[in-house]
Amino acid sequence: MSPRFAPGDRVRVARREVAGHVRTPRYIRGKSGVIERVCGAFRNPERLAYGEWDGPALPLYRVRFALHDVWPSVEAPHDTLDVELYENWLEPESA
Amino acid sequence: MTGKAGHRDFEALEAAFRESLIAGGILTDRDVEKRAELMYSRTPALGARVVARAWFDPDFKARLLADGSAAVRELGIEVGPLKLVVVADEENVHNLIVCTLCSCYPRMLLGIPPDWYKSIAYRSRAVREPRKVLAEFGLTLPDDVVVRVHDSTADMRYLVLPLRPAGTEHLDEAACAALVSRDAMIGVALPRAPA
Repeated sequence: MSPRFAPGDRVRVARREVAGHVRTPRYIRGKSGVIERVCGAFRNPERLAYGEWDGPALPLYRVRFALHDVWPSVEAPHDTLDVELYENWLEPESA
Repeated sequence: MTGKAGHRDFEALEAAFRESLIAGGILTDRDVEKRAELMYSRTPALGARVVARAWFDPDFKARLLADGSAAVRELGIEVGPLKLVVVADEENVHNLIVCTLCSCYPRMLLGIPPDWYKSIAYRSRAVREPRKVLAEFGLTLPDDVVVRVHDSTADMRYLVLPLRPAGTEHLDEAACAALVSRDAMIGVALPRAPA
């Protein structure tokens, strides 16, 4: 699966509730950021945790968020937060 | 792991699980011992060696930032399946590592994480008020320094490459490595000043 996003692309994290083993922290869902790098392809932890060893690999990204976009009140407006996110959680920001 | 159950419950669970695996022939006592020996053989001195090498060799630093795991293997450090991302401090950039979801940590380079790294307080506050957290560790950063927090949520593990302290020009690589603490490679401290 070739990556859908490239460094510099603006993306939004899906806002959805999924039960089970999920590696997308709740605090980042619905927030917008910029692709910092593509980390490679890794199997989906949401399936891997339940024994699906041979599932397809998903592109994994590091996405950089402005800290003030994540929290309403922030100490310093230029600070940033990078989070690793799998492609199934990302959509283009314009969508 | 911090939950409602006490540590004693987790210890009992771990023992029961381990004994079942051994009884079932999936693991041997020796496998478990070897794994424990490997973990206890890993100390922050390994990470400090990597940091000092990057201070002395700009080409190594470039390779370390491009592919952390491959660069670390060049030094003869076996890191298994670790996917290492090294984030470099700059004059105006300070990096901080956290794992909000659990306690992901570059154990192959730093050994066992400190208890505070696994605490709910650190995990929840480092992404929300990193400057306050750093100040509580004794590190107050000026406003013109950008703080970059890295939440280790998935398959990567992180190491901070701090800046080489001033006044270390006369020191060799091993002496410089001795200034690099575990906390400096997590980002909650700076390397020690030379004596």
